[in-house]
Order: sequence, then C-alpha cells, then structure tokens
Amino acid sequence: MNNKLYGNLIFELSQEGRRGYSLPKNRFGKNYEIPTGMRRKADAQLPECDEMTVVRHYTNLSANNFGVDNGFYPLGSCTMKYNPKINEEVAALPQFAGLHPLQPAATVKGAEAVCTLLCRSLCELTGLHAFTLKPFAGAHGELTGLMVIKKYHESRNDDARHLVIVPDSAHGTNPASAAVCGLEIIEVKSLSDGTVDVDALRDLVAQHGPEIAAMMMTNPNTLGLFERQIPTIEKMVHECGGLMYYDGANLNPMLGAARPGDMGFDVMHINLHKTFSTPHGGGGPGAGPVGVREGLEQFFPVVSPYHGNFAVAMRAYAYILSLGREHVKEVGPLATLNANYIKESLKDLYELPIDGLCKHEFVFDGLKDKSTGVTTMDVAKRLLDYGYHAPTIYFPLLFHESLMIEPTENESKETIDGFIAVMRQIAEEAKTNPDLVKSAPHHTPIGRVDDVLAAKHPVVTYKQLQNDTN
Amino acid sequence: MLSRVGVDTLDALYDEVPASIRFRGDYQLPEEMSELEVRQLFEQLGSQNKPLTCFAGAGVYDHYTPSVIPQLLSRSEFLTSYTPYQAEISQGTLHYIFEYQSMMAELTGMDISNASMYDGTTATAEAVMMAVAAGKKQNKVLVSETVDPKTLEVVKTYAHFQGIDIEMIPAKDGVTDLSALNTQLSTLSGVAGVLIQQPNYYGIVEDYEGFAEAIHAKKGLFIMNSVAADLAVLKTPGEWGADIAVGDGQSLGIPLQFGGPYVGYMCCTEKLIRKMPGRIVGKTLDNRGQRAFVLTLQAREQHIRRQKATSNICSNQSLMALFVTIYMSLMGKQGLKEAAELSYAGAHYLCEKLVATGHFTQVYDQPFFNEFVVRYDGDVEALQRRFVENGIFGGVKVAPDQLMFAVTEKRTKEEIDQLISLTL
Repeated sequence: MNNKLYGNLIFELSQEGRRGYSLPKNRFGKNYEIPTGMRRKADAQLPECDEMTVVRHYTNLSANNFGVDNGFYPLGSCTMKYNPKINEEVAALPQFAGLHPLQPAATVKGAEAVCTLLCRSLCELTGLHAFTLKPFAGAHGELTGLMVIKKYHESRNDDARHLVIVPDSAHGTNPASAAVCGLEIIEVKSLSDGTVDVDALRDLVAQHGPEIAAMMMTNPNTLGLFERQIPTIEKMVHECGGLMYYDGANLNPMLGAARPGDMGFDVMHINLHKTFSTPHGGGGPGAGPVGVREGLEQFFPVVSPYHGNFAVAMRAYAYILSLGREHVKEVGPLATLNANYIKESLKDLYELPIDGLCKHEFVFDGLKDKSTGVTTMDVAKRLLDYGYHAPTIYFPLLFHESLMIEPTENESKETIDGFIAVMRQIAEEAKTNPDLVKSAPHHTPIGRVDDVLAAKHPVVTYKQLQNDTN
Repeated sequence: MLSRVGVDTLDALYDEVPASIRFRGDYQLPEEMSELEVRQLFEQLGSQNKPLTCFAGAGVYDHYTPSVIPQLLSRSEFLTSYTPYQAEISQGTLHYIFEYQSMMAELTGMDISNASMYDGTTATAEAVMMAVAAGKKQNKVLVSETVDPKTLEVVKTYAHFQGIDIEMIPAKDGVTDLSALNTQLSTLSGVAGVLIQQPNYYGIVEDYEGFAEAIHAKKGLFIMNSVAADLAVLKTPGEWGADIAVGDGQSLGIPLQFGGPYVGYMCCTEKLIRKMPGRIVGKTLDNRGQRAFVLTLQAREQHIRRQKATSNICSNQSLMALFVTIYMSLMGKQGLKEAAELSYAGAHYLCEKLVATGHFTQVYDQPFFNEFVVRYDGDVEALQRRFVENGIFGGVKVAPDQLMFAVTEKRTKEEIDQLISLTL
C-alpha cells in the first residue's frame, strides 16, 4: 500500500497531448464531419495519460483495497465467501461475452440455456416454482418481489392491501423497497430471544388483516437466529390474505437444511453475490433473481430489459455445478459451525445478548467490559491493523454496539482460530492500553476519516476539488 | 469444533428447525463437476451461441474494449471487495468512484454524479421518481415518444407502483414535438418532470432548443437520457439545460455480454444533490491530515432512512463504474472524441451505401449520430436471415418494413461493404 506515491487522482497525472489509446484510421474515403451545431462547445476535461501511467495508477489503487482474496472478511449479512476463479473465465468466454441481447433466438441458444438451467437449480434449492433473472441486485429483487405481491392483490381487486409487516430487526432495504413499491410498513417487535413476537403479530393481523399485503422476513433473521415459529407465522399471514416474502440475504445457512418454499414463503429474492459466490466487485454488480410459488409467475414485472446481470448469473451456475448435489448441502451446516465456534470462543470477552445456537452469523453487543470506553467502532478499526476486514457494525439496530460476525463455510479452522486470537488480543488491549485501540487503525494507508467534513462541504468531483479550500 | 459449540453432529446445529420444514432429501442437481468439466460444459453451451458482427444498437453498442481494462478489473483487491464501508482499507474503491463521478460530470456537463446505478433503464426510472419527490405534490411526468421503448417499459413499471402518471409527448418526423409539449405544459397540472432522449431511440440527434425554458417555467425538472459515449462530442445535457442526466454507460467499452452487467449513470445539478438516490463519494481528510475519500451524504440512504430514503438502491454497479473509469482514463479527452467520430463516419458511410442500392430509404429526414432507421423494399425477415447466415447481426427491426442499424469504431469498411453486398 502506498498512499504517498500513488495517492494522486488520475486527473493530476494528466499531461496535455498524452495518449493511452490507439484507434484505426478513418478508411471510409471521405470525411464525414459532425456538424458544429451538434457538437458540445468545450471538450470534456478528461485526463490525458499514457497507457503505463493508467495501468500503474489503477494497479496501485488496488493495493489500497482489501478483498476476500486478501484476507478474512467476516462482514455480517454480506456472506463474503471465496469467489472461484474458474467462474471468472467461464463468464468471459467470447461465445457468451460477444452476444448482443437483441440477437435472434437461434443464435443465443447456449445463453438462454444457462438462464433456464440456473433458474431450474434455484427452484430446486428454494422449493419455489419459477424464477426471473431480471433484478440486478438484492434490493432490486426485493422491489421486484413486492411488485409481484402487489400485482397479485390488484389482480384480485383486493386494493385495500397496502401494509407490509417487517420485523424490527429487518435490513434497511426492506422498508425502503416497500416504500418504492408504494406500500407502507408496520413493524412487529422482537422478543427478548431475538425472534418475532408471535403474539404481537397476532394483534397486528387482527387489527389490520384486510390491509395486509405481505410480511417480509429473513430466516434466519439478522441476528442469525432461525425463526422457529415460522409455521405459525406463515399460517397467520396467509389466513388474513397476505403473502409471505423471504429476504434471501441470509439464505446461505439454509442450504442443506431448509427451503423457503417449504417454510411457507410465496416470493423471495436471492443475492447471487452472497450465497452463490459471485464477486462483490466493490459493491456490485450483484444479481437478485426473484422466485415465486406456482401461479405467481404471471405477475413478474419488467424491471430491466434483458436477463439482468447475465454474466453474474453464469458465475452462479458454474458455482452450483462445482459443488454439485453432493456438496451444496454442506454449505449451510459448515457456515453455521464456523459461526457458532467463533461465538463460543469469544462470548466470555464480548457481550452476547442472546445465547444459544446461531446460524451463519451472530451479533455481539460490544465488549463485555464497558468500563474501558472502547467501542465497537474502535474494535472494528483495530481489526484492520491486524489484517482483517471488520465485521458489520452498528447493525442490527436492536443493540447499541452491534458487531455482526459472519465467517462463511470457506474459512479453515486455522484462519478462524487466528481471528479469535486477535479478537481476544483486542479485548486485552482495551483493558491495558485503551488509547491504542481508540486511535486505531495505525497501519493502514490512511487513518480514521472525517465523515462530518465530507457531508458538511460535499466535494464530489475533481472540478469541485480544484476550488476547494478545506 | 463441534465440542466447543456443544453439539455432537452438524445436524444438531439445526435442532430448532421444525421437523415439518427440515429438508432431508437430495437436491435434484447435477453431480459435482471438476473444474475441467465445468469449463467443458460452458464451452459446449457456448458452441450453441453464434456471436455476430454487430450492426445493431438500440441502446447496446459494440465498442472496442482496450486490453488494459479486463486485466485491471481482474485484480482481486477490486473484484473481491465489498462496498467501501471501512474507508481505511477501501481507498482504492473510494478513489476510483470519485474519479468516476468527476468524469461523468464532465461528460454530461452536469455539476455532480452519483457512484453509479444498475443500468440505463433503472437509472431513468429513478430519475423520474426523483423528479416527483423533488416536485412535492406533483406526480405527472411527460415522456417523449422518441424514448427507447425498453426504457419506457421499466419507467412505467416503477411509475405504476409509485402512483406516478406517465403521459406521452407526441413525436413528429421522428423528433419530440415541442409545440405539443408546450400545449401539454400549459393544460396539464402537476407536471413534475419531462423525460427525453438524446440521441433518441431512432439515433436522431434532436434539437432541444427551448425545452429547458418551457419546462422550468412550469417548475418541472428536465431529464435527459443519453448514450454516454456520444456525449464526448454531442452538445451535453448540461448545455441543453437539463436538471438530471441519466443513461447507460455500456457504450464506454463494456462488452455486449447478452445484456449485462452494464452500468447506469445519474448526474444532476448541485442543488439536487440531497434528492439524488444511490451512493456518493466525497473528499475529506483523515486524522493524519491526508486527503481521503469516503461515502458521504448517507442520510439519504436506506440503511439510515429506511422507508423515508430517496430510493431502495443499496449497492451501485461498482466494478462496472471502475470499468468505464479506466476506459475514460485511457481514451482520454481525445480518444473518446475520435471513437465517436469514427462511429459517426461509419454509420453515415453505411447509410449512404444502403440508400445507393436503391432498396433502402431513410425513414426520417433528420440528422443522426451512429444509428439510423431505413425502410427496405423487400422481405425484411429474409434479409435478416441472410445477414445471420453470413455472421452479421444486421440491425434491429423497428417496424415490419424498417431496420435500425448502428455502427461503432469497431466496424471496418470491409465489414460494411460485405453487409451491403448481401442486400444486392
């Protein structure tokens, strides 16, 4: 990592007249001039760099990043599993990468087959009837799934159904997706054991029954706990006329254990970039296929023009084939074992608000010893010094110092033991040298950043930066 | 490990799952495949495809991908990272997103850009929702008939669920009818915004003189959808007075790959920044006084605002934003213009030659960029089949007797001449 030598913006490396491209000459025998009236007045002020400058710039930028290939990435709810390299090569095969999406059907049979085979596999793994690959990401899938639900109610002229029940532990995208879909949220409380309060749900259903469009759930929920009351819950919601939506963000631990369709869910999305190992790419492209129970596929909306992020779907199918029927079912149990092992190894030093078996992830409420003043933020930043990515912090909102850890099934016992040792070391440092932890990180290219300054005086382009005095 | 967890078997980890829903069977999936077998299977599936020399566009353009890009994109530190929440170990991602935002703002002539969207169609739908949100009680958006029907369909999907009224602005001779728009603006109430496309669906470069004034006089927002690469030479959304510029960035060298992943862009005026959906990266300082980049203005977003967020969008299309950032860095100020000029020249050469055969006539007497519509006096489907038999994707059928052709800098004179020879 080298922030000093390579901290420049590409614009700051620009030299007038430098070229990093080569293009064929105009061989049409005639100069077809673009009329002046059509043209922009001034050129876009893009950088002018030679190829080597560009390559060095981005190569060195990459060194200021941390990916799954760099080290352990226990980011809760994000399922940062290994991204097999064969999948990258498969997705780049020219016989697929060169296809225009509007080509005649007879020329894209292989690509269509990949879509069909992937959808069929997803149906089998989830117990649902049909999938659409159109949604580009998990949040897009949520929105698509809710659209299916709303269209279903509309088709029955059941127009009063405008409420979506969401547990208070839900991902932030759930309420946001409902709002974009024109639906309203009602929250159902969690019990002290972290699962949905079925009595509170019964009251909600009694009070709002004919207005309830759906209930959205992750199972296991964002605390990593399996909602064991799911048969009762789905019955309650279905009896009042609502549908059950499964947020597939936490599907990973269910591979080999239980299927959303069998749990009574009608509609779900899958984050292919989580459970099916496609690379997260620094925050996309992902893919969020949506699956439905038989009879609902007629309500799939047009949320994108083609097959979504097709090349992502190819990677996911390659992953399923590599595991095969023999190994897919080991994914959930091994991810669950890893999570429980970490939890049990650290719960004497970190506050475990809800004891018992978790699934693929669990949440600590900060350090057990609060007297040191060391917060979850500090622990997260200190982990960076030791070469680990931080867990998800301050989510879920149920606790003040949430620290959400998800190891995935890929990590070896040695890696996990190493992480446990470091977490224990940090707990020790919090007692003996709290300032060291509070001022972390010390060994990263930059230190803690000033979020307030960024938001108060937004500088979001190079042009603004040139005029910036801060 | 099991003993520390306090269970005897892996199965016991799921003891709380009710037996009625526990999955005990075998998934009906193929048996595990070795790496070699996976590769062979995909090669075999690939052999059922037929990549064609592409003379089609309709929103997706076959531009050249410089070798540098896939090499750099495959770097694991970019590829296998996630959203840059931990700024201290994510400066790589944050830094290139800042560059991306800067370049897109330059290209569109707008003040600012977000960190990218899924694709052009959803970015446009988000822009429509943004206009309605900014317009308070206004919930009508006017859309030109010359907007790509695929974009329109996605916009209509979102609009239906948001309760947004979409009304079409009629087209005349292939371009948006300003006088019809003026009538609509003066007779309709509640217009939050107007959506047009440049170049429009038919490849025509429209004259949007007077649009911004008319729309702004009614306090609406002017949304312009453009093919990103074309803006290297065309009058920009900023110059036309647009408030929001959106579209697809696929034309910036991203392979066709059967429809995705591509990347949507969204740029706007400075005063709309807090209405903008999606992630935004800003400059700040670290506690050592160094320049650093960070996700900012997050108070707009779903993980803070939940149902009151500006959108439900969570991830952007980060790796594809990196793709086009490297593309624009390599091509630079001059290369992007040259690629656009070559595409323009190739398309005009093809059009001239087609018309010269005597079998084709231009449908619209309008200036076009690198895409155009012609009427064919023969059997369109038979002609398309002949193209395919000869390895050519010869245009998109837009009407029973009409084909729309697109040309990029990748198409050689020989390829164009071959296409012409197949029409004779």
